Amino acid sequence: MRVICCLKQVPDTTEIKIDPVKGTLIREGVPSIMNPDDKAGLEVALQLKDKYGAEVVVLSMGPMQATEIIREAFAMGADRGILLSDFKFAGADTLATSSALAGAIRKLEPYDIIIMGRQAIDGDTAQVGPETAELLDLPQVSYVKSLEYKEDGTCLVTRKVEDRSYVLRVKTPVVLTVLGEEVEPRYMSVAGILKAFREMEVEIWSADKIDVDVTTLGLKGSPTQVKQSFGKQLKAAGHTYDNVSAAEGAKLILEALIDKNLL
Amino acid sequence: MELSAYKNVYVIAETRDGKVQDVSYQLLGKGREIADKTHSSLHVILAGYNIKNAAQDLIAHGADEVIVIDSRDLQEYLTEPYVQAVYSVVEERKPNIILVGATSIGRDLAPRLSARLRTGLTADCTKLEVEEDGSLFMTRPAFGGNLMATIISPNHRPQMSTVRPGVMKKLEADSQRKGTVTNVTFQLDRPKSLVEIVKVIRKVQSSDRIEDAKILVSVGRGICQETYPLAVELAKVLNGTISGSRASVDCGTIEQARQVGQTGKTVRPNLYIALGVSGAIQHLAGMEESDFIVAINKDRYAPIFKVADVGIVGDIKQVVPALIEEIKKYKQ
Repeated sequence: MRVICCLKQVPDTTEIKIDPVKGTLIREGVPSIMNPDDKAGLEVALQLKDKYGAEVVVLSMGPMQATEIIREAFAMGADRGILLSDFKFAGADTLATSSALAGAIRKLEPYDIIIMGRQAIDGDTAQVGPETAELLDLPQVSYVKSLEYKEDGTCLVTRKVEDRSYVLRVKTPVVLTVLGEEVEPRYMSVAGILKAFREMEVEIWSADKIDVDVTTLGLKGSPTQVKQSFGKQLKAAGHTYDNVSAAEGAKLILEALIDKNLL
Repeated sequence: MELSAYKNVYVIAETRDGKVQDVSYQLLGKGREIADKTHSSLHVILAGYNIKNAAQDLIAHGADEVIVIDSRDLQEYLTEPYVQAVYSVVEERKPNIILVGATSIGRDLAPRLSARLRTGLTADCTKLEVEEDGSLFMTRPAFGGNLMATIISPNHRPQMSTVRPGVMKKLEADSQRKGTVTNVTFQLDRPKSLVEIVKVIRKVQSSDRIEDAKILVSVGRGICQETYPLAVELAKVLNGTISGSRASVDCGTIEQARQVGQTGKTVRPNLYIALGVSGAIQHLAGMEESDFIVAINKDRYAPIFKVADVGIVGDIKQVVPALIEEIKKYKQ
Protein backbone atom coordinates (compact mmCIF):
# COMPACT_ATOMS: atom_id res chain seq x y z
CA MET A 1 0.00 0.00 0.00
CA ARG A 2 1.26 3.46 -0.87
CA VAL A 3 0.03 6.55 0.96
CA ILE A 4 0.93 9.98 -0.39
CA CYS A 5 0.82 12.78 2.10
CA CYS A 6 0.92 16.43 0.98
CA LEU A 7 2.59 18.90 3.31
CA LYS A 8 2.95 22.68 3.24
CA GLN A 9 5.51 24.79 5.01
CA VAL A 10 3.78 27.83 6.49
CA PRO A 11 4.69 30.80 8.68
CA ASP A 12 3.46 30.28 12.23
CA THR A 13 0.53 32.69 12.06
CA THR A 14 0.24 32.93 15.83
CA GLU A 15 3.65 34.68 15.75
CA ILE A 16 2.82 37.15 13.00
CA LYS A 17 2.72 40.85 13.76
CA ILE A 18 1.41 43.70 11.67
CA ASP A 19 3.44 46.80 10.95
CA PRO A 20 1.18 49.41 12.56
CA VAL A 21 2.24 52.13 10.10
CA LYS A 22 2.32 50.30 6.77
CA GLY A 23 -0.35 47.74 7.61
CA THR A 24 1.80 44.94 6.20
CA LEU A 25 2.94 41.64 7.66
CA ILE A 26 6.21 41.55 9.54
CA ARG A 27 7.54 38.15 8.52
CA GLU A 28 11.06 38.55 9.83
CA GLY A 29 11.78 36.29 12.74
CA VAL A 30 8.51 34.39 12.25
CA PRO A 31 9.26 30.67 12.39
CA SER A 32 8.26 28.39 9.52
CA ILE A 33 6.46 25.23 10.53
CA MET A 34 4.77 22.19 9.05
CA ASN A 35 1.13 23.19 8.59
CA PRO A 36 -0.75 21.73 11.61
CA ASP A 37 -3.57 20.05 9.66
CA ASP A 38 -0.98 18.51 7.31
CA LYS A 39 0.94 17.18 10.29
CA ALA A 40 -2.28 15.54 11.50
CA GLY A 41 -2.65 14.04 8.01
CA LEU A 42 0.90 12.71 8.22
CA GLU A 43 0.02 11.08 11.53
CA VAL A 44 -2.94 9.32 9.92
CA ALA A 45 -0.61 8.13 7.13
CA LEU A 46 1.97 6.88 9.64
CA GLN A 47 -0.72 4.95 11.48
CA LEU A 48 -1.43 3.14 8.19
CA LYS A 49 2.29 2.37 8.05
CA ASP A 50 2.23 1.05 11.63
CA LYS A 51 -0.80 -1.17 10.99
CA TYR A 52 -0.47 -2.27 7.39
CA GLY A 53 3.13 -1.53 6.50
CA ALA A 54 2.11 1.21 4.10
CA GLU A 55 4.85 3.13 2.33
CA VAL A 56 4.46 6.81 3.26
CA VAL A 57 5.58 9.27 0.58
CA VAL A 58 5.49 12.94 1.52
CA LEU A 59 5.12 15.60 -1.14
CA SER A 60 5.51 19.34 -0.84
CA MET A 61 5.82 22.34 -3.12
CA GLY A 62 7.82 25.42 -2.26
CA PRO A 63 11.28 26.97 -2.09
CA MET A 64 14.27 24.85 -1.07
CA GLN A 65 13.71 25.88 2.54
CA ALA A 66 10.69 23.56 2.53
CA THR A 67 13.05 20.55 2.67
CA GLU A 68 12.98 21.28 6.43
CA ILE A 69 9.45 19.94 6.84
CA ILE A 70 10.24 16.93 4.66
CA ARG A 71 13.16 16.06 6.95
CA GLU A 72 10.81 16.55 9.89
CA ALA A 73 8.42 14.08 8.21
CA PHE A 74 11.33 11.62 7.78
CA ALA A 75 12.11 11.97 11.47
CA MET A 76 8.47 11.15 12.27
CA GLY A 77 8.65 8.04 10.08
CA ALA A 78 7.98 8.92 6.41
CA ASP A 79 9.76 6.69 3.88
CA ARG A 80 10.26 8.97 0.93
CA GLY A 81 10.09 12.73 0.39
CA ILE A 82 9.68 14.86 -2.71
CA LEU A 83 9.83 18.63 -3.00
CA LEU A 84 8.44 20.33 -6.09
CA SER A 85 10.70 23.32 -6.43
CA ASP A 86 11.00 25.41 -9.57
CA PHE A 87 10.41 29.08 -10.38
CA LYS A 88 7.70 27.84 -12.77
CA PHE A 89 5.63 26.82 -9.72
CA ALA A 90 5.98 30.24 -8.05
CA GLY A 91 2.96 32.46 -7.48
CA ALA A 92 0.49 29.60 -7.78
CA ASP A 93 -3.06 29.97 -6.50
CA THR A 94 -4.96 26.91 -5.29
CA LEU A 95 -5.80 25.63 -8.79
CA ALA A 96 -2.24 25.98 -10.09
CA THR A 97 -0.93 24.38 -6.89
CA SER A 98 -3.35 21.51 -7.43
CA SER A 99 -2.16 21.13 -11.04
CA ALA A 100 1.41 20.69 -9.84
CA LEU A 101 0.49 18.31 -7.03
CA ALA A 102 -1.76 16.25 -9.31
CA GLY A 103 1.07 16.00 -11.86
CA ALA A 104 3.49 14.78 -9.22
CA ILE A 105 0.97 12.34 -7.76
CA ARG A 106 0.42 10.80 -11.22
CA LYS A 107 4.14 10.10 -11.32
CA LEU A 108 3.80 8.17 -8.07
CA GLU A 109 1.28 5.60 -9.32
CA PRO A 110 0.19 3.18 -8.07
CA TYR A 111 -1.09 4.78 -4.88
CA ASP A 112 -3.96 3.94 -2.55
CA ILE A 113 -4.67 6.94 -0.37
CA ILE A 114 -3.74 10.60 -0.72
CA ILE A 115 -3.92 12.54 2.51
CA MET A 116 -3.84 16.29 3.00
CA GLY A 117 -4.62 18.60 5.86
CA ARG A 118 -8.03 20.26 5.77
CA GLN A 119 -6.50 23.70 5.27
CA ALA A 120 -3.29 25.67 5.70
CA ILE A 121 -3.05 28.31 8.41
CA ASP A 122 -1.63 30.97 6.06
CA GLY A 123 -4.25 30.79 3.29
CA ASP A 124 -7.12 29.07 5.14
CA THR A 125 -8.72 28.11 1.80
CA ALA A 126 -9.29 24.33 2.22
CA GLN A 127 -9.38 24.17 -1.59
CA VAL A 128 -6.22 22.31 -2.63
CA GLY A 129 -7.51 18.91 -1.48
CA PRO A 130 -10.79 18.94 -3.45
CA GLU A 131 -9.19 20.64 -6.48
CA THR A 132 -6.39 18.08 -6.63
CA ALA A 133 -8.94 15.27 -6.31
CA GLU A 134 -10.91 16.72 -9.23
CA LEU A 135 -7.82 17.04 -11.45
CA LEU A 136 -6.95 13.41 -10.65
CA ASP A 137 -10.57 12.35 -11.18
CA LEU A 138 -10.59 10.67 -7.77
CA PRO A 139 -13.27 10.67 -5.08
CA GLN A 140 -12.70 12.94 -2.10
CA VAL A 141 -13.72 13.04 1.51
CA SER A 142 -12.98 16.29 3.31
CA TYR A 143 -13.17 17.10 7.04
CA VAL A 144 -12.02 13.60 7.98
CA LYS A 145 -11.90 12.77 11.65
CA SER A 146 -10.85 9.13 11.48
CA LEU A 147 -10.10 6.41 9.00
CA GLU A 148 -10.38 2.65 9.03
CA TYR A 149 -8.73 0.79 6.16
CA LYS A 150 -10.29 -2.49 5.00
CA GLU A 151 -8.32 -5.23 3.34
CA ASP A 152 -10.73 -5.25 0.38
CA GLY A 153 -9.41 -1.85 -0.72
CA THR A 154 -12.17 0.26 0.78
CA CYS A 155 -11.99 2.72 3.64
CA LEU A 156 -14.52 3.58 6.30
CA VAL A 157 -14.09 7.29 6.84
CA THR A 158 -15.72 9.47 9.47
CA ARG A 159 -16.41 12.96 8.15
CA LYS A 160 -17.34 15.59 10.72
CA VAL A 161 -19.28 18.70 9.76
CA GLU A 162 -21.17 21.37 11.71
CA ASP A 163 -24.28 19.54 12.80
CA ARG A 164 -23.56 15.88 12.00
CA SER A 165 -20.99 13.22 11.25
CA TYR A 166 -21.04 10.78 8.38
CA VAL A 167 -19.55 7.34 8.23
CA LEU A 168 -18.71 6.87 4.55
CA ARG A 169 -17.47 3.89 2.62
CA VAL A 170 -15.15 4.79 -0.21
CA LYS A 171 -13.13 2.76 -2.66
CA THR A 172 -9.45 3.57 -2.90
CA PRO A 173 -7.71 5.40 -4.44
CA VAL A 174 -9.19 8.38 -2.66
CA VAL A 175 -8.19 11.88 -1.53
CA LEU A 176 -8.82 12.66 2.14
CA THR A 177 -8.45 15.98 3.95
CA VAL A 178 -7.92 15.62 7.68
CA LEU A 179 -9.11 17.80 10.57
CA GLY A 180 -6.12 18.82 12.67
CA GLU A 181 -8.04 19.11 15.91
CA GLU A 182 -9.07 15.45 15.78
CA VAL A 183 -5.60 13.90 15.53
CA GLU A 184 -2.59 14.19 17.82
CA PRO A 185 0.61 13.90 15.75
CA ARG A 186 3.53 11.92 17.10
CA TYR A 187 6.88 13.45 17.99
CA MET A 188 10.04 12.94 15.99
CA SER A 189 12.14 10.11 17.43
CA VAL A 190 15.85 10.58 18.15
CA ALA A 191 16.71 7.67 15.86
CA GLY A 192 14.38 9.18 13.26
CA ILE A 193 16.10 12.56 13.44
CA LEU A 194 19.53 10.97 12.97
CA LYS A 195 18.26 8.94 10.04
CA ALA A 196 16.51 11.94 8.50
CA PHE A 197 19.73 13.92 8.32
CA ARG A 198 22.32 11.17 7.79
CA GLU A 199 20.70 8.65 5.49
CA MET A 200 17.67 10.07 3.76
CA GLU A 201 17.58 12.31 0.75
CA VAL A 202 14.86 14.74 -0.27
CA GLU A 203 14.14 14.35 -3.99
CA ILE A 204 13.84 17.71 -5.75
CA TRP A 205 11.51 17.67 -8.75
CA SER A 206 11.36 20.50 -11.26
CA ALA A 207 8.41 21.32 -13.52
CA ASP A 208 9.95 19.22 -16.35
CA LYS A 209 9.71 16.13 -14.21
CA ILE A 210 5.92 16.08 -13.86
CA ASP A 211 4.58 16.25 -17.45
CA VAL A 212 2.09 19.02 -16.81
CA ASP A 213 1.20 21.78 -19.27
CA VAL A 214 3.27 24.70 -17.94
CA THR A 215 0.45 27.14 -18.68
CA THR A 216 -1.47 25.49 -15.81
CA LEU A 217 1.37 26.10 -13.32
CA GLY A 218 2.51 28.99 -11.15
CA LEU A 219 1.33 32.54 -11.61
CA LYS A 220 0.46 31.91 -15.27
CA GLY A 221 -1.78 29.01 -14.40
CA SER A 222 -3.60 30.88 -11.63
CA PRO A 223 -7.11 32.14 -12.41
CA THR A 224 -7.14 34.23 -9.24
CA GLN A 225 -4.82 37.09 -8.44
CA VAL A 226 -4.26 39.12 -5.32
CA LYS A 227 -5.28 42.66 -6.22
CA GLN A 228 -4.23 44.12 -2.90
CA SER A 229 -3.66 43.18 0.68
CA PHE A 230 -3.93 45.32 3.75
CA GLY A 231 -3.82 45.11 7.51
CA LYS A 232 -7.10 44.47 9.10
CA GLN A 233 -8.94 47.63 10.05
CA LEU A 234 -10.60 47.31 13.35
CA LYS A 235 -13.91 48.90 13.97
CA ALA A 236 -13.74 52.37 15.46
CA ALA A 237 -13.58 52.15 19.21
CA GLY A 238 -16.47 53.30 21.35
CA HIS A 239 -15.95 54.44 24.92
CA THR A 240 -14.02 52.51 27.48
CA TYR A 241 -14.55 53.63 31.03
CA ASP A 242 -11.68 53.21 33.44
CA ASN A 243 -11.91 54.19 37.09
CA VAL A 244 -15.64 53.69 37.44
CA SER A 245 -17.20 51.68 40.24
CA ALA A 246 -19.00 48.43 39.49
CA ALA A 247 -22.34 50.12 40.09
CA GLU A 248 -21.49 53.01 37.78
CA GLY A 249 -20.21 50.61 35.14
CA ALA A 250 -23.41 48.58 35.30
CA LYS A 251 -25.49 51.74 34.90
CA LEU A 252 -23.44 52.86 31.88
CA ILE A 253 -24.04 49.53 30.19
CA LEU A 254 -27.75 49.56 31.01
CA GLU A 255 -28.17 53.05 29.57
CA ALA A 256 -26.41 52.05 26.37
CA LEU A 257 -28.60 48.93 26.01
CA ILE A 258 -31.77 50.96 26.54
CA ASP A 259 -30.54 53.61 24.10
CA LYS A 260 -29.88 50.96 21.42
CA ASN A 261 -33.21 49.26 22.05
CA LEU A 262 -31.52 46.03 23.03
CA LEU A 263 -33.61 45.18 26.08
CA MET B 1 -12.12 32.97 -22.99
CA GLU B 2 -14.88 35.31 -24.16
CA LEU B 3 -15.79 36.95 -20.85
CA SER B 4 -18.92 38.68 -22.16
CA ALA B 5 -20.53 35.28 -22.82
CA TYR B 6 -20.80 34.84 -19.04
CA LYS B 7 -23.78 36.56 -17.48
CA ASN B 8 -25.78 36.87 -14.30
CA VAL B 9 -25.37 35.91 -10.68
CA TYR B 10 -25.96 32.37 -9.38
CA VAL B 11 -26.31 31.35 -5.76
CA ILE B 12 -25.94 27.68 -4.89
CA ALA B 13 -28.45 27.12 -2.09
CA GLU B 14 -27.52 24.79 0.73
CA THR B 15 -30.13 22.39 2.03
CA ARG B 16 -29.96 20.08 4.99
CA ASP B 17 -32.79 17.65 5.61
CA GLY B 18 -34.87 19.47 3.00
CA LYS B 19 -34.45 22.83 4.67
CA VAL B 20 -32.67 25.76 3.02
CA GLN B 21 -29.94 27.03 5.33
CA ASP B 22 -29.80 30.63 6.48
CA VAL B 23 -26.50 31.29 4.69
CA SER B 24 -28.30 30.85 1.36
CA TYR B 25 -30.68 33.72 2.19
CA GLN B 26 -27.70 35.84 3.17
CA LEU B 27 -26.12 35.12 -0.24
CA LEU B 28 -29.36 36.14 -1.92
CA GLY B 29 -29.21 39.50 -0.15
CA LYS B 30 -25.70 40.15 -1.50
CA GLY B 31 -26.49 38.52 -4.85
CA ARG B 32 -29.46 40.85 -5.34
CA GLU B 33 -27.25 43.88 -4.79
CA ILE B 34 -24.65 42.57 -7.27
CA ALA B 35 -27.27 41.70 -9.88
CA ASP B 36 -28.88 45.14 -9.63
CA LYS B 37 -25.58 46.94 -9.91
CA THR B 38 -24.57 44.93 -13.00
CA HIS B 39 -28.05 45.08 -14.61
CA SER B 40 -28.30 41.31 -14.56
CA SER B 41 -30.52 38.69 -12.95
CA LEU B 42 -30.19 36.57 -9.82
CA HIS B 43 -30.67 32.81 -9.99
CA VAL B 44 -30.61 30.13 -7.31
CA ILE B 45 -29.63 26.52 -7.88
CA LEU B 46 -31.61 24.55 -5.34
CA ALA B 47 -30.46 20.92 -5.21
CA GLY B 48 -31.70 18.38 -2.70
CA TYR B 49 -34.60 16.05 -2.03
CA ASN B 50 -38.15 17.20 -1.27
CA ILE B 51 -37.07 20.81 -1.49
CA LYS B 52 -39.44 22.16 -4.16
CA ASN B 53 -41.53 23.98 -1.57
CA ALA B 54 -38.66 26.27 -0.70
CA ALA B 55 -38.58 27.90 -4.14
CA GLN B 56 -41.21 30.60 -3.48
CA ASP B 57 -39.48 31.65 -0.29
CA LEU B 58 -36.20 32.09 -2.19
CA ILE B 59 -38.00 34.32 -4.69
CA ALA B 60 -39.45 36.33 -1.81
CA HIS B 61 -35.88 36.83 -0.57
CA GLY B 62 -34.59 38.21 -3.86
CA ALA B 63 -34.22 35.49 -6.52
CA ASP B 64 -35.47 36.05 -10.08
CA GLU B 65 -35.34 32.37 -10.90
CA VAL B 66 -35.05 29.22 -8.81
CA ILE B 67 -33.63 26.20 -10.62
CA VAL B 68 -34.83 23.15 -8.72
CA ILE B 69 -32.97 19.86 -8.93
CA ASP B 70 -35.00 17.51 -6.79
CA SER B 71 -33.76 13.94 -6.60
CA ARG B 72 -33.57 11.11 -4.11
CA ASP B 73 -29.89 10.86 -5.04
CA LEU B 74 -29.44 14.29 -3.44
CA GLN B 75 -31.04 13.49 -0.11
CA GLU B 76 -27.83 13.81 1.93
CA TYR B 77 -24.90 15.86 0.75
CA LEU B 78 -22.27 13.85 -1.10
CA THR B 79 -19.60 15.57 -3.16
CA GLU B 80 -19.91 13.89 -6.54
CA PRO B 81 -23.70 13.79 -6.97
CA TYR B 82 -24.03 17.43 -5.92
CA VAL B 83 -21.18 18.60 -8.15
CA GLN B 84 -22.71 16.73 -11.08
CA ALA B 85 -26.10 18.32 -10.43
CA VAL B 86 -24.78 21.86 -10.14
CA TYR B 87 -22.21 21.49 -12.93
CA SER B 88 -24.83 20.49 -15.48
CA VAL B 89 -26.71 23.75 -14.88
CA VAL B 90 -23.64 25.96 -14.67
CA GLU B 91 -22.10 24.56 -17.83
CA GLU B 92 -25.23 25.39 -19.78
CA ARG B 93 -26.04 28.74 -18.21
CA LYS B 94 -22.52 30.24 -18.04
CA PRO B 95 -22.82 32.46 -14.96
CA ASN B 96 -20.62 35.49 -14.48
CA ILE B 97 -20.62 35.03 -10.70
CA ILE B 98 -21.30 31.99 -8.49
CA LEU B 99 -21.73 32.41 -4.73
CA VAL B 100 -21.60 29.49 -2.32
CA GLY B 101 -21.83 29.48 1.49
CA ALA B 102 -18.47 28.88 3.18
CA THR B 103 -19.82 26.02 5.27
CA SER B 104 -18.34 22.53 5.37
CA ILE B 105 -20.69 21.62 2.51
CA GLY B 106 -19.95 24.72 0.42
CA ARG B 107 -16.22 24.44 0.96
CA ASP B 108 -16.32 20.81 -0.19
CA LEU B 109 -18.51 21.43 -3.23
CA ALA B 110 -17.19 24.77 -4.52
CA PRO B 111 -13.52 23.80 -5.08
CA ARG B 112 -14.56 20.57 -6.79
CA LEU B 113 -16.88 22.55 -9.06
CA SER B 114 -14.37 25.33 -9.77
CA ALA B 115 -11.68 22.79 -10.68
CA ARG B 116 -14.13 21.00 -13.01
CA LEU B 117 -14.78 24.38 -14.65
CA ARG B 118 -11.04 25.20 -14.59
CA THR B 119 -11.83 28.55 -13.06
CA GLY B 120 -10.76 30.37 -9.92
CA LEU B 121 -12.31 30.27 -6.47
CA THR B 122 -11.84 32.62 -3.54
CA ALA B 123 -12.46 31.07 -0.13
CA ASP B 124 -14.39 32.37 2.82
CA CYS B 125 -14.98 35.94 1.64
CA THR B 126 -16.17 38.56 4.07
CA LYS B 127 -16.69 41.35 1.55
CA LEU B 128 -17.79 41.37 -2.10
CA GLU B 129 -17.82 44.41 -4.37
CA VAL B 130 -18.69 44.51 -8.03
CA GLU B 131 -17.89 46.91 -10.85
CA GLU B 132 -20.57 47.76 -13.36
CA ASP B 133 -18.76 45.65 -15.98
CA GLY B 134 -19.27 42.63 -13.71
CA SER B 135 -15.74 42.31 -12.31
CA LEU B 136 -15.90 40.99 -8.77
CA PHE B 137 -13.59 42.09 -5.96
CA MET B 138 -13.51 39.40 -3.30
CA THR B 139 -12.02 40.30 0.07
CA ARG B 140 -11.08 37.70 2.63
CA PRO B 141 -8.97 37.31 5.73
CA ALA B 142 -5.69 35.41 5.50
CA PHE B 143 -2.80 34.62 7.85
CA GLY B 144 -5.11 33.78 10.72
CA GLY B 145 -7.07 37.00 10.29
CA ASN B 146 -3.94 39.16 10.45
CA LEU B 147 -4.25 40.33 6.87
CA MET B 148 -7.06 41.05 4.44
CA ALA B 149 -6.59 40.28 0.76
CA THR B 150 -8.72 41.39 -2.17
CA ILE B 151 -8.78 38.73 -4.90
CA ILE B 152 -9.82 39.10 -8.54
CA SER B 153 -10.31 36.67 -11.39
CA PRO B 154 -9.48 38.89 -14.38
CA ASN B 155 -9.42 36.35 -17.21
CA HIS B 156 -11.60 33.47 -16.02
CA ARG B 157 -15.32 33.03 -15.66
CA PRO B 158 -17.38 32.19 -13.70
CA GLN B 159 -15.97 34.23 -10.84
CA MET B 160 -16.53 32.01 -7.83
CA SER B 161 -16.53 32.77 -4.15
CA THR B 162 -17.44 31.00 -0.96
CA VAL B 163 -18.86 33.50 1.50
CA ARG B 164 -18.56 33.31 5.25
CA PRO B 165 -21.88 32.65 6.98
CA GLY B 166 -23.18 35.46 9.15
CA VAL B 167 -21.47 38.24 7.19
CA MET B 168 -23.94 39.18 4.44
CA LYS B 169 -27.42 40.39 5.33
CA LYS B 170 -30.54 38.73 4.04
CA LEU B 171 -33.41 40.80 2.68
CA GLU B 172 -36.79 41.01 4.33
CA ALA B 173 -39.11 38.52 2.66
CA ASP B 174 -41.45 40.13 0.14
CA SER B 175 -44.23 37.73 -0.81
CA GLN B 176 -45.24 40.02 -3.70
CA ARG B 177 -41.94 39.49 -5.52
CA LYS B 178 -42.26 37.65 -8.81
CA GLY B 179 -39.90 35.02 -10.10
CA THR B 180 -39.85 31.81 -12.07
CA VAL B 181 -39.28 28.24 -10.95
CA THR B 182 -37.51 25.90 -13.37
CA ASN B 183 -37.37 22.17 -12.72
CA VAL B 184 -34.33 20.28 -13.96
CA THR B 185 -34.20 16.52 -14.00
CA PHE B 186 -31.09 14.87 -12.66
CA GLN B 187 -29.49 11.67 -13.84
CA LEU B 188 -26.69 10.55 -11.55
CA ASP B 189 -23.57 9.22 -13.24
CA ARG B 190 -23.28 6.30 -10.84
CA PRO B 191 -19.91 4.83 -11.82
CA LYS B 192 -18.34 8.16 -10.87
CA SER B 193 -20.07 8.16 -7.51
CA LEU B 194 -17.65 6.14 -5.41
CA VAL B 195 -18.59 7.29 -1.93
CA GLU B 196 -21.56 5.79 -0.11
CA ILE B 197 -23.12 6.74 3.19
CA VAL B 198 -22.99 4.02 5.82
CA LYS B 199 -24.38 6.06 8.67
CA VAL B 200 -25.37 9.62 9.54
CA ILE B 201 -24.94 10.67 13.14
CA ARG B 202 -26.87 13.84 13.87
CA LYS B 203 -25.83 15.95 16.77
CA VAL B 204 -28.69 16.85 19.03
CA GLN B 205 -29.67 20.30 17.85
CA SER B 206 -29.72 22.67 20.71
CA SER B 207 -32.14 25.56 20.42
CA ASP B 208 -29.30 27.90 21.27
CA ARG B 209 -26.93 27.77 18.32
CA ILE B 210 -24.59 30.71 18.77
CA GLU B 211 -24.64 31.60 15.07
CA ASP B 212 -28.40 32.19 15.25
CA ALA B 213 -28.48 34.01 18.59
CA LYS B 214 -29.48 37.67 18.73
CA ILE B 215 -27.76 38.21 22.06
CA LEU B 216 -24.53 36.50 23.06
CA VAL B 217 -22.83 36.55 26.43
CA SER B 218 -19.31 35.45 25.66
CA VAL B 219 -16.79 34.23 28.20
CA GLY B 220 -13.01 34.26 28.00
CA ARG B 221 -9.96 33.32 29.98
CA GLY B 222 -11.03 35.72 32.74
CA ILE B 223 -14.08 33.61 33.56
CA CYS B 224 -13.45 30.70 35.87
CA GLN B 225 -15.62 28.06 37.48
CA GLU B 226 -16.50 30.47 40.23
CA THR B 227 -17.66 33.28 37.92
CA TYR B 228 -19.19 31.23 35.08
CA PRO B 229 -22.62 31.07 36.82
CA LEU B 230 -22.69 34.88 36.68
CA ALA B 231 -22.33 34.74 32.90
CA VAL B 232 -25.13 32.17 32.71
CA GLU B 233 -27.39 34.34 34.83
CA LEU B 234 -26.66 37.42 32.73
CA ALA B 235 -27.50 35.43 29.60
CA LYS B 236 -30.73 34.36 31.24
CA VAL B 237 -31.95 37.84 32.14
CA LEU B 238 -31.09 39.03 28.63
CA ASN B 239 -32.63 36.00 26.91
CA GLY B 240 -29.20 35.47 25.43
CA THR B 241 -26.97 32.54 24.64
CA ILE B 242 -23.56 31.62 26.03
CA SER B 243 -20.52 31.61 23.74
CA GLY B 244 -16.82 31.96 24.38
CA SER B 245 -13.27 32.30 23.21
CA ARG B 246 -10.83 29.53 22.38
CA ALA B 247 -9.29 29.94 25.82
CA SER B 248 -12.60 29.15 27.48
CA VAL B 249 -12.94 26.02 25.34
CA ASP B 250 -9.39 24.93 26.14
CA CYS B 251 -9.98 25.21 29.88
CA GLY B 252 -13.28 23.37 29.62
CA THR B 253 -15.66 26.18 30.57
CA ILE B 254 -17.71 25.81 27.39
CA GLU B 255 -17.96 23.23 24.59
CA GLN B 256 -16.34 23.71 21.19
CA ALA B 257 -19.67 24.27 19.41
CA ARG B 258 -19.92 27.57 21.29
CA GLN B 259 -16.51 28.87 20.26
CA VAL B 260 -16.36 32.23 18.48
CA GLY B 261 -13.40 33.10 16.28
CA GLN B 262 -11.10 32.04 13.49
CA THR B 263 -11.15 28.38 14.49
CA GLY B 264 -14.71 28.58 15.78
CA LYS B 265 -17.76 30.35 14.41
CA THR B 266 -18.43 33.78 13.04
CA VAL B 267 -21.31 35.52 14.74
CA ARG B 268 -23.00 38.85 14.23
CA PRO B 269 -25.61 39.19 16.95
CA ASN B 270 -27.40 42.42 17.80
CA LEU B 271 -25.59 42.42 21.13
CA TYR B 272 -22.29 40.81 22.08
CA ILE B 273 -21.22 41.02 25.71
CA ALA B 274 -17.61 39.94 26.24
CA LEU B 275 -16.79 38.95 29.81
CA GLY B 276 -13.11 38.48 30.58
CA VAL B 277 -12.36 38.05 26.88
CA SER B 278 -8.98 39.59 26.06
CA GLY B 279 -9.78 39.87 22.35
CA ALA B 280 -7.01 38.08 20.45
CA ILE B 281 -7.19 38.86 16.73
CA GLN B 282 -8.46 35.33 16.04
CA HIS B 283 -11.38 36.00 18.37
CA LEU B 284 -12.13 39.46 16.99
CA ALA B 285 -12.29 37.97 13.49
CA GLY B 286 -15.35 36.00 14.58
CA MET B 287 -17.34 38.72 16.35
CA GLU B 288 -16.35 42.23 15.35
CA GLU B 289 -19.27 42.46 12.93
CA SER B 290 -21.66 42.30 15.87
CA ASP B 291 -24.02 45.27 15.89
CA PHE B 292 -23.23 46.36 19.45
CA ILE B 293 -20.34 45.17 21.59
CA VAL B 294 -20.00 45.51 25.36
CA ALA B 295 -16.77 44.42 27.06
CA ILE B 296 -15.98 43.98 30.72
CA ASN B 297 -12.37 43.17 31.54
CA LYS B 298 -10.04 43.99 34.37
CA ASP B 299 -7.12 44.62 31.98
CA ARG B 300 -7.52 48.14 30.63
CA TYR B 301 -5.15 47.30 27.74
CA ALA B 302 -7.12 44.25 26.53
CA PRO B 303 -7.58 44.50 22.73
CA ILE B 304 -11.30 43.75 23.10
CA PHE B 305 -11.75 47.38 24.15
CA LYS B 306 -10.62 48.49 20.69
CA VAL B 307 -13.78 47.03 19.15
CA ALA B 308 -16.14 47.59 22.08
CA ASP B 309 -18.90 50.19 21.81
CA VAL B 310 -19.00 50.29 25.59
CA GLY B 311 -16.10 49.03 27.65
CA ILE B 312 -15.90 48.80 31.42
CA VAL B 313 -12.55 48.23 33.09
CA GLY B 314 -13.48 46.31 36.19
CA ASP B 315 -13.89 43.08 38.07
CA ILE B 316 -16.37 40.58 36.61
CA LYS B 317 -17.36 39.51 40.12
CA GLN B 318 -18.60 43.00 40.91
CA VAL B 319 -19.73 44.50 37.61
CA VAL B 320 -21.78 41.53 36.36
CA PRO B 321 -23.95 41.10 39.49
CA ALA B 322 -24.58 44.86 39.48
CA LEU B 323 -25.56 44.71 35.80
CA ILE B 324 -27.89 41.76 36.38
CA GLU B 325 -29.63 43.73 39.14
CA GLU B 326 -29.96 46.83 36.94
CA ILE B 327 -31.49 44.83 34.09
CA LYS B 328 -33.90 43.04 36.40
CA LYS B 329 -35.00 46.36 37.89
CA TYR B 330 -35.44 47.88 34.45
CA LYS B 331 -37.50 44.98 33.16
CA GLN B 332 -39.94 45.11 36.05
